[in-house]
Formats: sequence, C-alpha cells, structure tokens
Amino acid sequence: MTTRGLRLATACAAVAMLGITLSFAVAAAEPSGSPYGSPNLPPPQRGLLPSMRIAEPAGWGERLPAVPQGWMIKAIASDLKVPRQTLVLPNGDILVAEGKGGGAPVLRPKDYIAGIFKSKGTTSVKGGNRLTLLRDADGDGTYEGRWVYAENLNAPYGLALVGAQLYVANQDALVRFEYVIGQTRAAAAPVTVAKLPSAINHHWTKSLAADADGRFLYVGIGSNSNIGERGMAVEENRAVVWQVDATSGATRTFAAGLRNPTALAFEPSSRQLWAVVNERDELGPDLVPDYLTSVKEAAFYGWPYAYWGANVDRRVQPQNDAKVRATTSPDFALPSHSAPLGLAFVQPGFAAPFAEGAFIGLHGSWNRDVPVGYKVIFVPFANGRPSGPPVDFVSGFQVDGKTMGRPVGVTLDPKGALIVADDLSNTVWRVTPAR
Amino acid sequence: MHAVFALSSVPLFLGALLSDSAYYRSHEVQWVNFSAWLIAGGLLIAGPALLWAAVAMLRAPAARRRRGLVYLALLLATFVFGLINALVHGKDGWAAMPTGLILSAVVVVLAAAASTVGLAGSLRRTA
Repeated sequence: MTTRGLRLATACAAVAMLGITLSFAVAAAEPSGSPYGSPNLPPPQRGLLPSMRIAEPAGWGERLPAVPQGWMIKAIASDLKVPRQTLVLPNGDILVAEGKGGGAPVLRPKDYIAGIFKSKGTTSVKGGNRLTLLRDADGDGTYEGRWVYAENLNAPYGLALVGAQLYVANQDALVRFEYVIGQTRAAAAPVTVAKLPSAINHHWTKSLAADADGRFLYVGIGSNSNIGERGMAVEENRAVVWQVDATSGATRTFAAGLRNPTALAFEPSSRQLWAVVNERDELGPDLVPDYLTSVKEAAFYGWPYAYWGANVDRRVQPQNDAKVRATTSPDFALPSHSAPLGLAFVQPGFAAPFAEGAFIGLHGSWNRDVPVGYKVIFVPFANGRPSGPPVDFVSGFQVDGKTMGRPVGVTLDPKGALIVADDLSNTVWRVTPAR
Repeated sequence: MHAVFALSSVPLFLGALLSDSAYYRSHEVQWVNFSAWLIAGGLLIAGPALLWAAVAMLRAPAARRRRGLVYLALLLATFVFGLINALVHGKDGWAAMPTGLILSAVVVVLAAAASTVGLAGSLRRTA
C-alpha cells in the first residue's frame, strides 16, 4: 500500500465528509423576533440541505413551564396518548382529543430521511384515537376524575359543542355525538355528519369551529404537500376552510389557499372567523411567516402560488398569475416555522392584561437552526383586530437545548383559566391566576 | 468487476437525466420525483463501486496504478456530483431546476467516462 494511494483515499473521504458538514453548518442567525402586521420578508434562500434543528425531548422532572407573574401552572392530566385539542364543557369538564394521523406515503428518498429526523422531535407514544374526559368535581383545581369518553375514533382533532351536539373532526370525517351534561361516556357510537378529504393526508389535522347559532361548522383542511410536490391533482379540496351545514352535512369551500389551517375560532366581539395557518417550508429561516388571520368568505390566501400577498413561489410550476394577483394578505404575522396549532379568543372576564385578544399555541420549529415557538403567546386585540406585538404567556418548554413539551391546543376555561395540551410530554396543563 | 458495477449506474443516471428533461419541458412534477429515486439508485451502485475500485487500486501492482487513478478520480467525481445532485433534487418542485438538470447531465457523462476507462482497464488485463 503506497502513501500516495492512501492519501488519495483519505482525500476522497474528506471531500465527501466536508460536503456534508458544510451543508449542516449553515451559519446560525438570531431569530428576528416576532414580526406582525406587515412583516419584512427576506429573499428566499435554501442551501443544499434545509436548515434543521429537531427538538431533543427530555422529561419535565421537577421543572414546570414558565408563566407570567401572578399566574400559576399545573399539570391536570399526564400519560395521555398524544393530546392535541381540548374542549371545556358547560359543567367545567374537559374533553381531550388524542390521536396522531397522517402516514402519507414516502414520495422521494428525501421524505424517508426527513421522516427519521423529524420523528425524533415527537413523542414515541401511539395516538389514542379517543376522547378523554377530565373532571374537577370539587373545584379545587385538581382533576381527579378521568374517563375515556369515546374511543376507536380516527385521529380526532377539532372539537366543538353546539347545544347538545358534540362535534369531533376526525382525520377523515366530521362526526357527532349526543352529549348529555355530566356524562362520562358517550351513550352511542358517533353519527357521521360529513366526510372530509383524507386521501394521503400529508397534513392530517382537521380543525373545527362552530358559529354562534350552530348552523354552520367550519373545518380547516391542510394541504397534501409542502408546495405541491405531490402534484396538484391531490390538492383538490385541500388547503381550504370548509363550511359544513350542521343539519344536512352539505359542504362547500369557504376560503382557500390556506396551507395548513390548524386552528379556527370566532372572535367574540365581531363574530368573525379567524385561523392560525402554518405556512410553507424550505425558503429560509425567516420565510414564510406563519400567521393569524381573519378568514374572509371566498378569499384566497396564496397557497401554493404565492405567499403574504403577491410574493410568487417559483418552486410551483406552472405558475398561476391570476391566483397570485388574487392573493389576500393575512392579518398578523407569527414567527416563520413557529407552527401555531392552537387558537383561543379570550372571553369577557379574563384577567387583565389578557382581557381582549387571542392565545396561540406554538408547537415549535424544525426548519430553522435557531428554534422558534415552543410556547404559548398572547396577541392583544382591540375592536376585534390585533392591536400590538405578541407577548409570551406560557414558555420554558425548551431549556438548555432540551425540549420538555410542545404546546398544541389552547382553550379558555370560563373559570378564568387557560388549558394547554402538550403532545410531547402527553400532558394537559392548566394556567390560573395565582391566589 | 467494479467497472461493471460502475457501468450499471449509467442507465440509472441516464434515466434521471431523461426524467429531469421531461420535467423541465412539461412542468409535470412527478418527473422530478422519479429523478430523485433514479439518482439515489445510481448512488447506491456507484458508492460501492468506488470503494471497491479504491481497494483494488491499492492492491494493484505499481504499473497499473496510473490508469487506475484516472478511473478512480472519474468514479469519485461521479459519486460527489451525484450526491450533490441528490441533495439538489431534495428541494421541492421547481427549486431543483435548472441546477438539477445540468448536474444530471454532468453525472451521466462522468459515470459513462468512468465505466469506459474502468472497463478498458479490465479488458486489457483479461486479454
């Protein structure tokens, strides 16, 4: 064996390794804070590899999430099976939707590799496909009662109660239970109200909100890809908000171009529907901002052709100029890649300075060297519109590079508390004013 | 034998070039997804061929090493450019264009050249 040959072989290995290392070691940038209103959009950028920082899960131990001065937080249920969204019932009981859907087939070698990385940042627990009911019978803040309200559901996510009708948005259908106050178990199997688009289900969560009189339900349906890389044929009835007639089950598209509308809620003063939306990936750490927006009837919000108004995404070919021109800008920018998955408007009576506005659960980023999200924020509103920068409400989910929890659904408890579902530590948290 | 291995990556890389050019002309996104698999397949063959060729060259008598070096360099270039091409094809949709198409062409030429030089060397030895 000659030194020349050896040197060559070493050089080969070094070149290959260098290429890999370089692409991973993209310079870390400071998070640009929380843009809102009309954000500054940097030009798109993408190295040979997408920038990535996957959450490293760790147990909570003695730690707790951080809440503002004057507030306290407590775990009211743990060892759940991927809790996502919650619903507070009229008697104060809490329903928790547990499940994990998706399982879209691998499209390219990239999806296989990315899937391995991303799964490291989530729980290894299998989704429960059930609703769990939690009860604090004596009002001491400890939820001592726990029952499985319904099971054998299909990745339930969105929840809404209209009178005695309990609506659950499974990943493939909107279903309905007859709810009786005080019940701890559904009396019968659910009735299907409407089938929901479920082929592939790249983005599987079906968010749900009911309007004030309960005549219509609104279902958020995510896209089947990042930006149409599975072909546009599979994007029919995707990236939309559907309006469902509660009586007949008839469906129609209410608004479109919303890449992944993961939570829907009505603003109480204006009775306007709002959504949080997860925007597209792989255009750089500060592009594209996720957002909170009012959902206007028949509006188009850009996906996949454009983002934040008429900013063209050149990855989508053929382009569609008419769609680009028709794109509505959202109302309020959230940090890019922060992954808002929960939205709850404050009901009158909540303690100041959180008396008017929306709580948003940010699941946290993967497509960014410096993580963002991993907290619950509050966006103040005035006259039914966002009126200032977001403030942290629950944080401390990520400390010293370890991630203890990831917030998903947020729900107002009329007793003046906020319920937060955490699908990494499989916990439901309750934040209350400290006595 | 490793030259035959290297040769068998050529049709895969060629397929990637053809499906890239189909995507470039038609904008039908599934073509570029085919390319991504074909490139990965090519690398799966070119990688072991490269290792095998490197080991074979280190064991070969000094007289044969010069030609072997050209072969090995071409094979290495095939693999490195193929790897970069695979990463470019990991970008979504049109983001892979036109870089992906150009790289696919470069990789086919390199793979063909590597296997030609490699096979010529093996034939000379067996002749």
